[in-house]
Amino acid sequence: MESLSRHPAGPSERDHRPPGDGDRASRPSGRGLRRLSIATVAAMGVALGLVFFYAPIEAEEGFLQKIFYLHVPLAIVALCGFVIGAVMAIAHLRTRDRRWDLRSYVTIHMSLIFGVAVLLTGSIWARGSWGHWWVWSEPTLVSFLIVFLLYAIYQPLRFSIEDPERQARYASVFAIVAGAFVPLNFIAVRLSTAYLHPRVLGGTSSLPPQMALTFGVSLAAMALLFATLCSYELAAKRTRMLLKTRSRTLGFQ
Amino acid sequence: MSATRVGAERPRPTDEGSPATPGPPGTLAAVRALLAKELLVELRTLESAPGMSLFAVSTFVVFHFALNRNHLDGDLAAGVLWVTLLFAAMLGVNRLFVADAEQGGFDGFLLAPVDPSAMLLAKTLALLAYLLTLELVAVPAFALLLLGPSLGHALPGLIAVLVLGDLGIAVLGTLIAALAVRTRARDLLGPLLALPLLVPVAIGAARASSPLLAPGHAAGPGGRWLLMLGLYDLVFGLIAYAVFDFLLED
Repeated sequence: MESLSRHPAGPSERDHRPPGDGDRASRPSGRGLRRLSIATVAAMGVALGLVFFYAPIEAEEGFLQKIFYLHVPLAIVALCGFVIGAVMAIAHLRTRDRRWDLRSYVTIHMSLIFGVAVLLTGSIWARGSWGHWWVWSEPTLVSFLIVFLLYAIYQPLRFSIEDPERQARYASVFAIVAGAFVPLNFIAVRLSTAYLHPRVLGGTSSLPPQMALTFGVSLAAMALLFATLCSYELAAKRTRMLLKTRSRTLGFQ
Repeated sequence: MSATRVGAERPRPTDEGSPATPGPPGTLAAVRALLAKELLVELRTLESAPGMSLFAVSTFVVFHFALNRNHLDGDLAAGVLWVTLLFAAMLGVNRLFVADAEQGGFDGFLLAPVDPSAMLLAKTLALLAYLLTLELVAVPAFALLLLGPSLGHALPGLIAVLVLGDLGIAVLGTLIAALAVRTRARDLLGPLLALPLLVPVAIGAARASSPLLAPGHAAGPGGRWLLMLGLYDLVFGLIAYAVFDFLLED
């Protein structure tokens, strides 16, 4: 965290202008956060309302199946976050713009936090429906664990490199390799358990319409939550950088 | 991506034969020189391949006691063989770039007007050579110490699996070694990065070799697994080629 805020490039570079000239860079970023937050809270509210009062109780698993509307959107959003982080890393390596590295870092960091929630909810679901906290016969969960273990090294790798420029470059290379690994790993693990267990929820296409609608809204709400949290973290980091350069130009240090 | 960038910065060698302007050496010549240097250093210091082979044999002994079995076959044999090879490979991966980082090999290479991908190719080939040397010792030792069924008929299939698995380990190992070598905790980060990335290789290699090591070995290696291994090697070979330049530039 600390070394991130020491980035010399990016927004802080433009802050040698006199303060208060009113352009976009000199204001703390974070515009639109309020609207985004309100939209997220509303979407989460609607999604939870649909989950508990609209979606029918599933015949086999009963009330426990409701965790599906939390677990699966979390997993989809986290995996998309890993892949988006890789795309941002490609943008960083191509343009050499350090803001892309910051975005990639925040996206992967947030996906990692969502990943913890995925593993916890998946474990609870497995315990409830199969009686074990962990099942190896569920390829999606197993692949997610492998992906999670790989990304858990992202921050140790990043912060054990001193030079900020090299840190950004190496982190981007890691993000690209790991982002490509995500789909390949899913295919490999799925192959290794194929033909063993028929899948109960093969896809959203087989869901009854009420469940599909609830699932869609939950997924949208979760994606909004992810975007909001990422925006907050980005805004906080940019503001911290701004404060640092400001206090330096004003001679507090 | 990297090819255009490299092409823009460094002029490609035009014709190697013209005596007036020698020009920079071609990529193949650079790979040959780097590989020769790598193997020469290894022959003089004997730091990687012998250590990896000894580690593998010791691990078989540990497995004998840990599993309390004298003979293994099928899934268990394939698992023990590949876990041992994977962990032994980690030793080689950890050492792969240490000399270059500590004794100025990177600086010397960056001063030379050659394609940075030459380093990737040379290091991958060197690691592949270490892995093949390791297996020349480890596979006969495994057959002697732990394997129940005889290896004879299974050998051609097993060699195919070993080569494809080694290619994957060599490509990913080189990429990870280059990624981890400039960090403070490189001995820790290397294996931690490599093991999740090599899980698909372990899946493919272990599943492909388990019918070969089963008693009576009726079946060959599953074509599906060989195909998966080959595709995985290919995809990460391309990714490594695309991103490796960014690890070298400074």
